[in-house]
Amino acid sequence: MCKAFGIVNFEGMNVKVKGLQDYRPVGAFSFLGRYRIIDFPISNMSNSGIDHIQVFIRDKARSLIEHLGTGRHYNINTKRGKLHIIPAENGKENDFYNHDIACYIQNMQAIEEANYPYVILAPSHMIYRTDYTQILEKHIQSGADITMLYQSVDNAKDSFRNCDMLMLNKQKGVLSIERNKGNAKVRNISLETYVLSKQLFMNIIQKAARTSSLYWFRDMVNEMCEELDIRGIAHRGYLACINDFHSYYHANMELIHYPLAKELFIEGWPIYTRTNDSAPTYYSQDSNVTNSTISNGCLIEGTIINSVIGRGCIIKKGAVIENSIISPGVIVGEDVHIAHVVVDKKAKIHRVKELCGDEQNPLYVKRGDYI
Amino acid sequence: MRQNTMLAMILAGGRGSRLHDLTKKVAKPAVYYGGKYRIIDFSLSNCANSNIKIVGVLTQYESTLLNAYAAAGQCWGLDAKDSGVYVLPPREKEDADLNVYRGTADAISQNLDFIDGFHPEHVLILSGDHIYKMDYAKMLAHHKHCHADVTIAVLPVAMKEASRFGIMNVDETDRILAFEEKPILPKSNLASMGIYIFNWRLLKKVLLADMVKEDSHHDFGKDIIPMLLEEGKSLYAYRFQGYWKDVGTIDSLWQANMDLLKKDNTLDLADPTWKIYTQDMAVIPQYIGPQGSISTSYVNQGCIINGVVKNSVVFTNVKIEDCAEVYDAVLMPDVIIGEGAIIHRAIIAQGVKVDPGAVVGDPNSEHIELVSKRVR
Repeated sequence: MCKAFGIVNFEGMNVKVKGLQDYRPVGAFSFLGRYRIIDFPISNMSNSGIDHIQVFIRDKARSLIEHLGTGRHYNINTKRGKLHIIPAENGKENDFYNHDIACYIQNMQAIEEANYPYVILAPSHMIYRTDYTQILEKHIQSGADITMLYQSVDNAKDSFRNCDMLMLNKQKGVLSIERNKGNAKVRNISLETYVLSKQLFMNIIQKAARTSSLYWFRDMVNEMCEELDIRGIAHRGYLACINDFHSYYHANMELIHYPLAKELFIEGWPIYTRTNDSAPTYYSQDSNVTNSTISNGCLIEGTIINSVIGRGCIIKKGAVIENSIISPGVIVGEDVHIAHVVVDKKAKIHRVKELCGDEQNPLYVKRGDYI
Repeated sequence: MRQNTMLAMILAGGRGSRLHDLTKKVAKPAVYYGGKYRIIDFSLSNCANSNIKIVGVLTQYESTLLNAYAAAGQCWGLDAKDSGVYVLPPREKEDADLNVYRGTADAISQNLDFIDGFHPEHVLILSGDHIYKMDYAKMLAHHKHCHADVTIAVLPVAMKEASRFGIMNVDETDRILAFEEKPILPKSNLASMGIYIFNWRLLKKVLLADMVKEDSHHDFGKDIIPMLLEEGKSLYAYRFQGYWKDVGTIDSLWQANMDLLKKDNTLDLADPTWKIYTQDMAVIPQYIGPQGSISTSYVNQGCIINGVVKNSVVFTNVKIEDCAEVYDAVLMPDVIIGEGAIIHRAIIAQGVKVDPGAVVGDPNSEHIELVSKRVR
C-alpha cells in the first residue's frame, strides 16, 4: 500500500483554452478520441498503488463528475479505496479568489481525514507517465521538505508558454518558481507535481490563506523556497501541457505518430478510462484512412488523413478530414471537407462543405453546433 | 429498478468440439466473436437489457475462464444490490457424489436449490452459445398473455433447412402441438431457439420427476418438452424476428463474423438502445499508420494497422505490420501479422503470430483456414 494519497488539482489562471474550456475544465477535455485528460494523472496514481485520490474541481463540474463516477474504472479498490470528487463551492464572484487554496481550506476536513502521512499533488491539465512510488521513495530518502517534478525542455520559446518553470541550483534545489515567458530555449518546466508530507501541506495551505487572499498553492511554495528544502526531480519521457488551444491541438496531433505514443502508452501501465460499451469501428468499402487514431463505435465511409476521431463519430461518404480533431459523437456529412479543425462533441456538419483552418490557427467548432 | 419475477439460467457448458482448437481451453460460449465480444456476452447483455437481475451461468467444460469472466457481473451492470451473475459448475452435494451435468435439464435439476432461493415465478432457460439480440421481457409478456405453462422462442427458417433443427408444429394460435427433433419431413418451419420460459413450480415438478427416470437423456428438447406435451400442458411458440446464429463450426463462426460486414446486417451492434456489453480493456485507440488501409471491416481498439485490411473482423490489440495484407479474415485478440504476410479466408486464434512473409489461406478455395499456432 502506498504511503501517500493523491490530489488531482484543477488548472490555474495561466491556462486558457478557447472554446473547449467554456464547457468543461481541462481535465474533462476529450483526448486522443478515447480519453479525457484527467485519465492520465489518475491512472498514474492508480498504477502507482495510490487508492485514495481526491479530485478537486473548480467549476463546470458536470462532465467531470459524470466521467469519474465511482472511480471503479480506474482500478481503485471499491471498498478500501476512494475516488473523492470535491467540487469547489465558489462563493466569490471575482474569479481571482477561486483558487486551489480556497478549495483546500473549504475541504480541510477531507484532507485531514485522509489517513496517510504523505500527499502527492498532480495537475489535471498535464499528460505524462510516472511512477509516483519511486518519486515518493526518493523524496523520503532525500529528507527534502517538498519534491517537485520538472522536465528540461529545449523548446521553451515556443512551447510551454505561461507554464511554471523551476529555477534550480546545481544540486537541483528549487530557488524559485516562475512563469515561462518564452525568452529562453532551455527551461525546466514544472510538472506541477508536488510530493510532501500531509502535515506540511496543511501548514502551507493555512499559511497561504493568511499571507494573501489571492495566493495559489504554487505562489506560497515559491515564497517558501528559502525556508524549505525544496528539490526537483527530472522527469524524462513524453510530456504535454494543455494550457491553450494550440497546445491541445498539437498534443493530439503529435500522438497520432505511434512511435511517440509508445513513450506514453507502455505495457504494464494502462491508461484507464470510462468505457462506453461501443461496438468496434466499422470501415465501409469507400473508407480511406491513413495516419490517424480512431476510437471505437465509429462508422467511417469517408477519407481521414492525419486526424484523431473520437468515439461514436459518423464520417459519411465523400467527406475528407485532414489534420483535425473530431471529438466524440460528431457527424460529418457527405462531401464535407475539413482541415485543421477541432470539432467539439456532438457537432453536426452537413451544409457547409468546406471548413479549413491552418496549422498555426486551427478552427474550432462549438459543442453540439449544427453547421 | 426492482427485480422482475423472472430468473435466467444460461447453459454454458458446451464444448463446441467442431470449433477445434478455439475451444481447446475454453468452452464455446467463451469463444470470441464480432471484434470485441465473447459469444456469451449476447445472452448476458440481453438479460441485463431485459431487466433480469439474477442470472445463473451453468458451466462445465473448461470452465475456469468462463467462471472468472461471467462472475464479474460488473461488465453487464449486473452487480447492483439485488442483481448477480452466479457461476454454477457441477458441485458435490450431501446426498450425491460430484457429478457432471448429464444434460441440459440435469444442469437445472442440480441447481433447484439455487433457483428456489430467489423465489422466482418464471425461469428463463437460455443457451450461452447463440448470437442474437432479444428482449426477454417481451417474451415474458407474451407468455403471460397466453397463460402458457411454457413458452419456446422459435425462428422461422427456410423449409429446406428445417430438418436440421428442432421443429415446432403449432396451431393457429401458436400453441405447440408437437415437437420434432431434426425431422426428415418437417411439417413446419418454426425452429426452436433453445430459449424457454417455464413457470417455475411446474418446471421444478417436472425436473424432479425427470431426475430419477432411468431412460431419460435429461435434455430439454429430447425429454422435458415432449413430456409436457404428452401431459397436455399449454406450450406456446414465441416468434422471433431478427438475426440469430448458432455458431457450431469454424465455417459458421467465420460466416457469422462476415455477416457483420454486410450493409444490411440486422444484428446492429452499434444500436445504442441495445448495447452488447463485454469486458472493458484499458488499451489505446486504433492506430492506422501511414501505410495502413482499411475497407469493409470491423476493427476494435488497441489495433495498430500498417498493412491492408479488407473484408475482415479485427479484434483488440492486433498488430498488422507494414505491407501485410489481410482479406476475408477474422483476427482474434493480440494476433500479430508480420511484415508482408498475406492472409486469406482464415480465422487466426488469440495471440498467434504470423511471421513476416508467411502466406495463410487461399482466396480461391471455399475452405476457411483455422490458425492456432505460430506460422513461420
